[in-house]
Parts: sequence; structure tokens; C-alpha cells
Amino acid sequence: MSVRVGVVVFPGSNCDKDTAWALERAGAEPVELWHESADLQDVAAIVLPGGFAYGDYLRAGAIARFSPVMRAVAGYAANAGLVLGICNGFQVLAEAGLLPGALLRNRSLRFVCRDVAIRAGPTDTPFSHLVPDGRVLRMPVAHGEGCYYADAATLDALERDGRVLFTYVDDAGQPAGILDRANPNGSVRAIAGVINAAGNVAGLMPHPERAADVLLGSDDGMLVLRSLVESAGARAGTIPSGAAG
Amino acid sequence: MSADLAPAAAPTPLHRALGLTDQELAEIERRLGRDPNDLELAMFSVMWSEHCSYKSSRPLLRTLPTGGPDVIAGPGENAGVMRIGDGWAVAFKIESHNHPSAVEPYQGAATGVGGILRDIFAMGARPIAVLDALRFGDPADARTRHLVNGVVRGVGGYGNCVGVPTVGGELVFDPSYQGNPLVNVMAIGLVREDAIVRAAAPGPGNLVILYGSATGRDGIGGASVLASATFGAQDPSKRPAVQVGDPFAEKLLIEATLEILAAGLAEGLQDLGAAGITCGVAETADRGGTGIRVDLDAIPRREPGMAPFEVLISESQERMVVIARPERLPEIAAICDRWGIQSAVIGRVTEDGDIAVVEGGLTSDGAPNHGARELARIPARALSSEAIVFDRLAAPPPRRRKAPAPGSPETAADILPEGGTDPGAVLLGLLGSPNLASRAWVAEQYDRHVGTNTVGGAGHGAAVLGVKGTRRALVATTDGNEAVSALDPYLGAALSVAEAARNVSVTGARPLGVTNCLNFGDPTRPESFWQLREAVRGLGDACRALGLPVTGGNVSLYNEAPASAIAPTPEIGIVGLLDDIALLVGPAFAADGDVVLLAGPAGPGLGGSAYAALAGLSAEDDLPGLDLIAEAAVQAFVRHAIAMRRVTAAQDVSGGGLAVALAEMSIWGGRGGLFRVPVPSAPAVALFGESPSRIVLTVRPPDLAAVRELAGRHGVPLAELGIVGGPRLVVEMFGEGATGAAEGRGAGIADALEVTLVDLRHAWDHGLTRALGEDA
Repeated sequence: MSVRVGVVVFPGSNCDKDTAWALERAGAEPVELWHESADLQDVAAIVLPGGFAYGDYLRAGAIARFSPVMRAVAGYAANAGLVLGICNGFQVLAEAGLLPGALLRNRSLRFVCRDVAIRAGPTDTPFSHLVPDGRVLRMPVAHGEGCYYADAATLDALERDGRVLFTYVDDAGQPAGILDRANPNGSVRAIAGVINAAGNVAGLMPHPERAADVLLGSDDGMLVLRSLVESAGARAGTIPSGAAG
Repeated sequence: MSADLAPAAAPTPLHRALGLTDQELAEIERRLGRDPNDLELAMFSVMWSEHCSYKSSRPLLRTLPTGGPDVIAGPGENAGVMRIGDGWAVAFKIESHNHPSAVEPYQGAATGVGGILRDIFAMGARPIAVLDALRFGDPADARTRHLVNGVVRGVGGYGNCVGVPTVGGELVFDPSYQGNPLVNVMAIGLVREDAIVRAAAPGPGNLVILYGSATGRDGIGGASVLASATFGAQDPSKRPAVQVGDPFAEKLLIEATLEILAAGLAEGLQDLGAAGITCGVAETADRGGTGIRVDLDAIPRREPGMAPFEVLISESQERMVVIARPERLPEIAAICDRWGIQSAVIGRVTEDGDIAVVEGGLTSDGAPNHGARELARIPARALSSEAIVFDRLAAPPPRRRKAPAPGSPETAADILPEGGTDPGAVLLGLLGSPNLASRAWVAEQYDRHVGTNTVGGAGHGAAVLGVKGTRRALVATTDGNEAVSALDPYLGAALSVAEAARNVSVTGARPLGVTNCLNFGDPTRPESFWQLREAVRGLGDACRALGLPVTGGNVSLYNEAPASAIAPTPEIGIVGLLDDIALLVGPAFAADGDVVLLAGPAGPGLGGSAYAALAGLSAEDDLPGLDLIAEAAVQAFVRHAIAMRRVTAAQDVSGGGLAVALAEMSIWGGRGGLFRVPVPSAPAVALFGESPSRIVLTVRPPDLAAVRELAGRHGVPLAELGIVGGPRLVVEMFGEGATGAAEGRGAGIADALEVTLVDLRHAWDHGLTRALGEDA
């Protein structure tokens, strides 16, 4: 039996179907988690997909954190449930305080859709354990607010604790400076994704679900999604669901 | 002279203030059998606008081929729909939003995307792709840069949020668009054949349900004020006529609409665009052979105090009308609630064939309440299918040969080796020119992957979209040729069709059908109408020769600024079908050692070419010819060769000619090549001429004989140009026209074009951003 993985659907989510499709390719059974419901349906992991949750005219993810489903997701995360935010999902998790830092407007002040190269920091996480050490992954970004920012102390702690999940790298494989084209949004310390202190909540700006088939240009994203699905499978049945307040 | 001595101006009659002529007023009176009241006059003014009625173009459009075995819906529906197999169909259409974008580029472009997307999901199709064909004036001009930035941000801002990828299109700069940019947007959707819905209002007694955004004062008279009149210089007074887009609302509208259709709740469906509710009810009733009684009080509004005419002609965005049986109302309302959008019953389908507007409410049976007032009553067909039609006067323009600028070369060939110019430098100049350089600066501002159907990340050549759950792929492109159209609109339109079809064929896909956006000037000027008539003739001839039905499109007239009219621009969108995505061929050189071939006839002519523009030539008499039989043959040949798996890369020869085609294939493949090109007349023609019906393709050496034989069977000339490989693009020229021959060194002595890949890449990468002042 395949692992049930929840995909949160806000009215403005637009990568929910893509994410469900890619999760299915990774061996999961995707389950829609509607934004107005706090019922997490006993899923073994939750993905917050990309999009524009409630239009995001104010600030990406600013309203989504008040939704019934997010209150449930916060409880789920507090109980060690696996949660992955992709693009808008990362923004929502940061706004909700489930991940450190913030996603600011891209330094170019323009939306950017581009293939990027990223390298995993730790490869012993539930989101990256299938990524070979040192391997550079290629997948697209597409966002207007993806410039990762946190204060120096937070950044130092993230790096010290091995919680920088992915880093944008240049052709030489080195972390790309904030003005380097390989860093598509000007993120500090080239941070493309982070993981929380407990190690069960992660977010990244690049879209692994858009790199789920070589026909799309790359299937590197499957390493991330398969890591998640495998981790969820190992934990299935052990996580209390929807213990939200 | 003091003002009070001037004769008092007579008050302008209302119909003229609304943009209707005295003749049109007389026709309205004839159709009604009485004088119209003010509200009826306002409704006629928007419905009889050029934008809604096609009153100048309709007689021409009737001449186009529209039928075919795969056509499910053609012109007259919200979008064309064609069968693609496995129970799937593709809906597609192109439309203009030129004038709104000139006034307010961000919102003009954004609502252009929103409007064409609604046309697609109004057919029941889920939108899967957008292509934008954009045309502006001088890229160095500050106002042009403002427009480019605004339009690109607007297209992206809307498409990115609504979750439909923008996968291709065009960006062209030409002085004729200085005062009047063109923003044409094409959208594509997928629909199950059995789920296609019509834009009709059948079944008297059925409900007319409006859902989506509320109706406000934005976009009052957009169709008549903006789209159907010539522009003044800068006209901020027209800004209220530009609609404001809300892509989040459109996203909700898409999902709610597709749910309503999936549940089988709709009898008919129509989006509200130009002319708003008036158009929505008139067109659906007319197509359904019915009438509609509109309950004015029931229409949700954004603000109090709106006059009846404002409510009825408002072009507020993100609104749809569904026609449904009364018992379906609760389910429809529940779906709208789930998506957080309002819905309201705003009328009833009737038997009388009239659009009636009632103030004072309707009973639960749909009859007017006691004491309710009927504010307007117009036969639906008088507003729609029987709107006025004009036979405009057409007259070819006098030949106006521009005197060459002092010091400019007299003949096309003069600036190439004969004139001492290095052909490699010319190639770099062309690759780095704003019209041929990389479009990455634009493409990267658009989400082109959402939906996970977009094949390949690079975005070179036509866009390719996989159809999930099948082996099939759709291939889409837009093409226009304003440079040739300006000189010969018949040829320009035919060339645009040929090139768009060729762009599809080089991927291996079979072109299915054509949608077109005809951007022209004021049709009451005989010269301008002649351009339109000639272009439609060229469009029809090319489509017939290539076996392509025209499934719909849009006509945008009055594209004129005080200084001048635009170059006539028939913009062509084509969707093609690849039965097996594994056969897909791209335009990048694939492997060292592949043999490079040129299929198709060589032709003279530099008129209308990128080279002519760069060299400052006005080669009016030097246009390339188009042999539609040869065009069909070369496309059939390349598709056949691809289906036999003999082709490793293919690219059509178009802007910048053969040299640019080879350079692009080198840049994209990251490998150069060594080529020998015959020069029968002049090097400029051989390298940079844009004569049509030619395709560069590469094959593995063992396949060469089979491909030669296949070309022979198709009657297609095939020349061997050289071999892929190396860090340089080298083109040796030989033959009667090569410089060596001209200089008496003998026809066998080659002149070479030689450029490194690094230089090619640099010129191509930076050309557009440099031209726009965006180079970091």
C-alpha cells in the first residue's frame, strides 16, 4: 500500500496538481487537504505546494497562515510530522513561523523563472537522504519573492547545525553570491532551502515537482520527493495526525 | 478673439457621442421599428463597435477556410476546438489587447491574458498555455521601455498567479509601433471531447447565472472607446476605460467553472469580456435562438449609484455567465461558495428572441414583478449576428519608394564582402539585434513550467506541451511578418502562415489549425482596408494550400497613432500535434559529426529581411517569393523524415536567414560546424536572405542516403552544407556570386565567415537587454 501524502490546497495554489502528480510518480498516494478543513486525514507527510495561496497581493503567505488547515499543520509539525513547503509553501511556512527567516522580494524586483543548480547541505534528512553527497541538482525556480533573509545569528546557527537544506551553486559548484546569476533571487548565503531545528519541517524555493521527468528538462527533483515519500513510509502509522489546536 | 464671439457649438447628439454614425442610427431605427431609447442606444453602441460586431471585416472573414475533419468548434464560438485523439481536444485562440496596453501597459496586458483565458475555459477546457506576441517601437526610447516593462510585467503578473504557463510568443521592435504597440495573446486549453460546452442560451425558462467578480465602473465602453477608434496622443481621460485585472479571482473562476461543467450543471456558458453583460446575453440568446430577460436589480455591484447603462456595458473582469436549469441552482451556488466567489441569478431565458432589461425585479417564475419597468427591449440578433456590416472601400496605396538615406548602400549586396564588410561581423550584428537576440529577459519573467507539461526547459523554437496520460504532445507557435506585410500584405500574411506552420513541422508535429489576430489601421481609409483585404486573401490562400482550417481569432482595427498607422500585422497562431512525444526533434545541434542539410528551394530577395533593416535598405521591389506547393512539400518531407527517426535537429530558416539559423543551432547545441554554402548571386542573399520554405536539418551520416531519397520522393531540393562540430561557426562561400569570383580570383575560391561560439553566444545573450538598457 502506498504512502498517503497530503497536498494542501489553498484557493490560489497552482502547483497542487503538479505536486500530486509528481508525488504519485515517487510512489505516494496524494491526498488533497482543503484549506478550510483542519482534518489532515491521517496522512504520513504533508506538502505545501507552490502558487499564490490567497492571491498574495499583500505579501506571499501572509494570509495563509491564518487558515484552518495551517493551524492543523502547525500541530502536526509540533508532533514531529513531516512537512515540506515548495516555493509558496516555503513562504507560508516561514510566515507561519514554522521555519526560520523570511522570503523577501527578489533583488531584481522581477519575477524569475529559471533553471538553477542547487547542492544539498545535509543528506541525512528526511527530505534529502536519497541525494548523493555533493551532487548538484538541476530544477527550475519561479517566484517573485524568493530572496531568503535572516539575521546573522540565525544564519550562523543554520549553517552550524547543518540546517541549510539546499544552496544555490555556480558553475564551479560554489555557493553563488547575492549578485551572481546562479543565485536567482539574491538569497543571503545562497540559501535555497532550510530545515527546522527538529528536522521535520523543510522548505525550498526551487520546484522539485517540475523536475520529475527528463522530458521536462530534469528528473533531479525526484530525489527530493522520493526522499520525502520514503521517510513518510518509514514513519507511517507512527505519527498522530491532526492533533491540532 | 474672445471665446464668446465664437459660434455656439450645437450639442452633440447622443448616438455620435457614443461613437455611432448617423447611418448606424438609421439602421438601428429600422431594426427596432422605432427610435431607440438612451439605454438601448448605449447597448447598440458597444455591440455595433468594430470590436464586437466585426462590421468591417466580417465579409472578408467569410472567405476563410474553416472546415475540416478534426474541427469541433470554429469561428463564432469563444475559441476554436480541434480533435487530437484519445478523446481529447485542444481549444485555442489569439486575441489583441493593443489599445488598453498603450494606455496602461500593466493592466492592459494583464487583462488581455485574463480575457483570452476566459475564452478557453468558456469552452470547458482547462487552460494549459499562453503565448504572447508583442510589438513595440524603438527600444531605445524611454516610453517604449516603459511599455515593454509594463506589458511584460502584466503578462507575467497575471499568468504566473493564475497558474497558466507562458511558453512562447514574439517580441518585435519596429518604428511603426511607436505610438501604438501590439499586445496579442494566444491561449491553449485541453478538454475532453464530450465535455465541450457551447456559448448558447437554450431552453426558455432556464436561469441566467452571473458568477465571479462584482460589476463596477471599470472598463465602461472599452470596446467602443478604446478598441474601435483611432488614438489621440496621450490620453489619460481614457484610463477609466481600461479594465483592472485580478488573477486570483480568475483562478477561482477557472476552478469553479470546470467544477460546474464536470458536474454537468451547465446548458451554456459565456465569458463576459467586451461589452460586458450586454454582449454575454445577446450572443448566447442569439446562438440559442432564444431571448433573455435581464433582472437589472439582481446584478451584484461594486459601488452604489451605477446607472443602468453602466451596469450593462461595464467590462469588469473575471465574470462568467452560465445558463442552467432552475433545479441546478443550489449545486452551482454551492460550488461558487466553495471557491469563495459570488453568484446571482440575473435573468431568464425566454422564447421571444429579445434582450429585455427589467428594473424592479422578477418573480420566481422569471416574469417581471408587478410594477417592474422594462427599460430596454432589443432583438438579440439585431445586437449580434445581424449587426450592421459595411462594405468598405479598398484602394492600394500609391507606390512610395523611400529615397535612400545619404551614404546608404544602393543595392542589398553592397555591404557584404564586396563592400569590405566582414560577414562574421554582420552575423554578430544580426544575432545581437533587438529582434533576433535571446528572449530570455522576457521568458524568465514568465512562469513557463507550471502545469508540468512544458517539455524541455530551454524554450527555443516552438513551444512543446505534453498531454498527460497520453504519448501525445501539442506544439504551438505565433508568427507575424510586419516587415513584408508593410510592403505586400497578401505576401506578408501568407508568409506568416507558412512560417508558423514550418515552425511546428520542424519538431515533427503536424500543424492542426490556425487562429489569427488581424492588427490593422482605420478601415474607413481605403488604403488601410485594402491592406486588410489583401492580408485576409493571403491568409486564406496559404491556409488552403497547407490544409489548415482557420478556427477563430480576432480583428483589431484603428491601430493608429497621430504620426502614422502601424505596419499591417496579421499575427498567426498555430497549434500542431505530435502523436508520439518520443519523436520530438529540437533545433539544437545534437552531436558532433552529424551532417547538416538544407531542404527547400533557394530564392532571391532581401526585402523585408532583418539584414535589410540592419543595412538600412528599402528594397521594396526585392521581396522573396512564396511557392505554397514547395512550402507544403518541404514541411511534409521534414515531418516524414522525423517520423522515420532520421533527423537529429531541425530549424526553419527565417529572421536573419541561413547564417542566423546555423548560428542559433550552434549556440543552443553548444557546438559549431564547418559549412560550405553556394552563392549563386550575392553573399548577402545566400547568408542572410529570408526566402521561405527552407529548413536546416541534421542527420547521422549513415542516414544520409535514406534522407536524400526521401527528399527526392517529396520533390524537395536538398543541399549538403557541412558537418557539426568544433568551437567555431565557419561558413565558406563558393560559386558565381562569391567575392572570389567577383574579384576575378575564380569561382572556386571561397570567402569565409568565421565566428567563435563564444562570440555568437555573447552577441545573442546580450542583444535585447543592451537595446532596452537592462544590461547589468
